[in-house]
Amino acid sequence: MAKKQSSAAAASVKQNRALEVWKQFRRNKGAMVGLVILILLILIAIFADVIWDYEQDIIATNSKARLISPCAEHPFGTDNFGRDMLARIGYGTRYSLIIGFSSVVIGLLVGVPVGAASGYIGGKFDTILMRFVDTFTIIPSLLMTIILVSIMGTSMINLIIALSISAIPVFTRITRASVMVTRNNDYIESARAIGAPTTTILLKHVLPNCFSPILVQATLRVGTAIISAAGLSYIGLGVPLPTPEWGALLSASKSFLTRAQHMCLFPGLAIMITVMVINLVGDGLRDALDPKLKR
Amino acid sequence: MSIFKKLTRGNSEESLEKKRQKMDAAVEVENLVVQYVTSSETVEAVNGISFSLAKKHTLGLVGETGAGKTTAMLALMNMVPDPPGVVKSGTVKVNGLDMRQLTPAELQNVRGSEIAMIFQDPMTSLNPVMSVGEQIAESIILHRHLSEKEALEEAKKMLAMVGIDPNRVGEYPHQFSGGMRQRVGIAIALACNPTVLIADEPTSALDVTIQAQILRMMKDLKEKNDTSLIMITHDLGVVAELCDEVAVMYAGRIVEYGTLEEVFNQTKHPYTEGLFNSLPNINSRQQKLQPIPGLMPDPANLPKGCAFADRCAYATDACRSGDVHIQHFSDTHYAACSAYLDPAFHIQRGY
Repeated sequence: MAKKQSSAAAASVKQNRALEVWKQFRRNKGAMVGLVILILLILIAIFADVIWDYEQDIIATNSKARLISPCAEHPFGTDNFGRDMLARIGYGTRYSLIIGFSSVVIGLLVGVPVGAASGYIGGKFDTILMRFVDTFTIIPSLLMTIILVSIMGTSMINLIIALSISAIPVFTRITRASVMVTRNNDYIESARAIGAPTTTILLKHVLPNCFSPILVQATLRVGTAIISAAGLSYIGLGVPLPTPEWGALLSASKSFLTRAQHMCLFPGLAIMITVMVINLVGDGLRDALDPKLKR
Repeated sequence: MSIFKKLTRGNSEESLEKKRQKMDAAVEVENLVVQYVTSSETVEAVNGISFSLAKKHTLGLVGETGAGKTTAMLALMNMVPDPPGVVKSGTVKVNGLDMRQLTPAELQNVRGSEIAMIFQDPMTSLNPVMSVGEQIAESIILHRHLSEKEALEEAKKMLAMVGIDPNRVGEYPHQFSGGMRQRVGIAIALACNPTVLIADEPTSALDVTIQAQILRMMKDLKEKNDTSLIMITHDLGVVAELCDEVAVMYAGRIVEYGTLEEVFNQTKHPYTEGLFNSLPNINSRQQKLQPIPGLMPDPANLPKGCAFADRCAYATDACRSGDVHIQHFSDTHYAACSAYLDPAFHIQRGY
């Protein structure tokens, strides 16, 4: 009986925490709007091939319906091959979100442990590791991505790898910097004083306190990655045609700017809204996760 | 992973028992020297202190800011931040364990379970993103090998013991006041019932009304758990309240050591006298305070001879050169003062 109660108490502590975070998140109107739109975008990305048929709606050309301005049948108009822009942009959500999130996740998986170890251990280990990472930072990240993609060839996987590699130094640096600040706190010393092993100190005391700068940087990076991917597709180094990646759509629109502005307007809007929404959610999450900001 | 952890932990517990020597006192420090070495200077924080603390006794470590009290206690737990801190020499024994000879795994085993520390500033010594329950439970999980649930139950008991509603176990440090946070800090330190407890100015960040509560509680808990306590403070009132023995530190040395009675009523060292003179006197309220003139010398650049000589009213030329004479007044009472080489010398206080 007593055991049951105690397990319930332990579970409720964890549950309360999640509930608290959610309550706090819900108060932030901007973040909630962002979350709703983001969920919608993710759903579109997941069910893209249910909503649209790739062969029929995305790739098949129709010379009779070229460059139609937005109308009831084609809310976003059609492109120079007579393909429905709504379908192409909708399907393109898939590529942009996958590229944005997976490149950031890979960047985090490599960058955070390296940065944390470097910042916490310090000394020569830190110096050598960080000089190595610096060699990556001195090359502008877009240039770096261009070089990598040109070497490895254009495909979505290569694009993701290239974007992750340029994201790694960013996460390494920011993690290292916040770990170096956090490790000097009194509560780290008091964790050592109760005999906590180094790994526990890093995972339970140091990293959770570095969470908000890393999270904010990660959400910003999702946006940057989507924009970089679009930029690379625009210059023909991203996802190969006729894949409806947003940057590729923008790139295709450049010859028709005077005749069909909708061709560049809607992919541009899609990129802008997605990046903004991710940043809103990231900011909201940071505020909700920080117990100090609770009122 | 957990099996691996248990194995390594078990091993270090066994090897600890092998390394343990028989010892009567709870803590023995001999000739401890700690320096902070940077490229530009060497700060001599602790310059050869020795003392021993009997079981269940309380030692008050008194001295002004920068006297090396905290560094000495960090060395006691082998926790001097390195770099830049270096323990140059000396032996530190806690419960018969030579702390400087232990491996990191063994040290982790000893810290928290046999020797624990209460930190000075309760506002910064708790992790802001962990609930207080988790922070108390952490030490219990590490040393008493309980499951998370059982540890949280224990944490509740600890909270109740320090006078906090156990239902607040899931709350975060920012939801507590300063005094309550310090209680949480005490609960963390006492969670595994350590035999030696170091309290680093546990009340100096608290207001006076809370100070009395915390001190009374520490006294009760210490007696209940048979803990030996080292109390770092610059408040002589706290020392009078709690301590059995007193060590007065100045510029990294113990300048006077004795029982509470000896140091308070038969003060021998001019610096101790200065400390007492700078306290307000309740019997003559009009009297001005007599602070000790000057400042403590820069520990990166200590003068030859007695470090206190420049501020000392009794100082002679002999004080400013050579080693400082240690004068013993009883088995337990000594002062580091060269002026006692002259048998007729005495300070004004209590004479």
